[in-house]
Amino acid sequence: MDNLRKKAKELLESKTVDLVIGYENGTNGKARAVFIKDPEKTGKLIYDDRCKQNLAVYLNKHEVKHYGKIAIVAPLMVMRSVLVLVSECQLKPENIVVLGIGEDGSLLDFPSLEVVEKYIAKIPLGNPEPDQVIIDKLNAMSMEQRREFWQNELERCFKCYACRAACPMCYCLRCTVECNQPQWISAPAHPLGNLEWHQLRTMHLTGRCVSCGDCGRACPLNIPIHLLTMQQAEEAFHMFGVRAGTSQKADSALSTYKPDDKENFIL
Amino acid sequence: MTPETKIIDRVALDKLYESLKAAGNKMFAPVFRNEQTDFEYNPSAAEISYSHIQTTQSVKNTVFPKIENLFRFESGQKSVELVQIDFTKVPRVIVWNAHPCDAAAFSALDAVFNWDYVDEIYNARREKLVVIGMSCIKADENCFCTSVDLGPGSVKGSDILLTPLANGKFIAEILTDLGKSIADENASLFTASNGENKEEVLAKVEKHFSHEKVTENLKDGFENPFWHEFSLRCIGCGACAYVCPICTCFDIQDESKAGNGRRLRCWDSCGFGMFTLHTSGHNPREVQSQRWRQRLMHKFSYQPDRNEFIGCVGCGRCSRACPVDMNILEQLVELEKIEVAAK
Repeated sequence: MDNLRKKAKELLESKTVDLVIGYENGTNGKARAVFIKDPEKTGKLIYDDRCKQNLAVYLNKHEVKHYGKIAIVAPLMVMRSVLVLVSECQLKPENIVVLGIGEDGSLLDFPSLEVVEKYIAKIPLGNPEPDQVIIDKLNAMSMEQRREFWQNELERCFKCYACRAACPMCYCLRCTVECNQPQWISAPAHPLGNLEWHQLRTMHLTGRCVSCGDCGRACPLNIPIHLLTMQQAEEAFHMFGVRAGTSQKADSALSTYKPDDKENFIL
Repeated sequence: MTPETKIIDRVALDKLYESLKAAGNKMFAPVFRNEQTDFEYNPSAAEISYSHIQTTQSVKNTVFPKIENLFRFESGQKSVELVQIDFTKVPRVIVWNAHPCDAAAFSALDAVFNWDYVDEIYNARREKLVVIGMSCIKADENCFCTSVDLGPGSVKGSDILLTPLANGKFIAEILTDLGKSIADENASLFTASNGENKEEVLAKVEKHFSHEKVTENLKDGFENPFWHEFSLRCIGCGACAYVCPICTCFDIQDESKAGNGRRLRCWDSCGFGMFTLHTSGHNPREVQSQRWRQRLMHKFSYQPDRNEFIGCVGCGRCSRACPVDMNILEQLVELEKIEVAAK
């Protein structure tokens, strides 16, 4: 933690970055995002098991972008999200400093995104084990049982869109659910509208999801919607051999066409 | 009417619930499911939770459902026919075991839905609503009812207010004619009060701020740097508004197939980026800090000004639901302290 604070302070003092995004102690024992401009305030930074939010979600926020060059405290999911955002031209590599956090919580030295790519290449990627256990159980069900499971879960959704807001990859200025000419999917939070919304969200994240689970954590109604995108992350890997957030180059499973693809069409 | 106080034990309380349900009332009661406690329609008496501090959602759903059918439309060859919905057929709903904050929130909803337009469907549902409240004997760090003129034993909004005693029985304060008719119809379930004092068992909820001072500060606080600084973390979802017992913003949606369909009123939130987007493309609340400001200003400045009530009952649901720890109590305590430049 001391190394992290020291490094953040140096970056701000030397004006290498204009803003540091990290975690601080929040209310009622929670950890939360903090935005630091003043080098003297870097003592607020913390890193421990409570730091679960995928901070990359802020990199596309208007007010945050406005600050200029940003250093971001980055456990694995944040590193991967940064690479997805760079590959999708949402973030310029020269505007970001990754304050990598290793699996043991130590600060990693990442002078460039190439080093981040090399670091990620050495780490076994996949869904967090507790989530994968549930996904395997769902996959073992019959299609009818699975449909019933999801209908029961999704029916409760009231469309607060916390799942969308929490996701660094859901950065569209106008989401499909808000397009009404034509209306692609039903806006009201009835069972059909909810099913359509979550299917759409899942499809748009296929091959782009880094399995951080923030959509599920954000849901105030405890609907395990992260299982949908996580399942698709595995599916995309098995079908196309790519994992999101491993390279700065665009190589998204569903939106990149290669002449040697198995299919002769793109979605 | 003059309030009366009686006593009811737990067995009789369950009987009262089942008898009201059997009489055809739609019961809306809290149940623990999916690792949280939330209100559901018509659970069995055994399923009802009496041990939770707060439910995830409020009870506004009973009068302002997340989707409300306003009317249907059918297209003929040359005309469109509107088919009105018969609002007189809405069922009688009994909100069972709602905390005093939820019960009190209905008066704010009444004011909003009758402010400049008398909302027929809201009023039809409201007239059929009965509120059986439950005082709080537990509170957590998100509760702040006492800072907004309410309390863990407030009677406001309840037809009957129950207070659980240490001996397993409940004090039943019968507060309205509606409450009295229920008590009278089930008179055998109640026993006489022996002067039990509810104050002894109520949760202790500390007063954290003066809402009058917050409102005063907000009057000149529109351009305060507070808004930018305290909303950087906000990710702009609608969780706070949707779980709020007083947030009433809605969106109108038409759903139709081949010219036939229905017009719906759906929940909306001032936190969403498109909430105030004009047809021209201009958005007066362009960034999240302006939207967050709107949320707090509406509750603690505009509503006190316009409707003479605070748009908040201190239930703390928004703080609990927020995925990024935008804690409303923390912010109100700060707003009480902000320096407001003299004009």
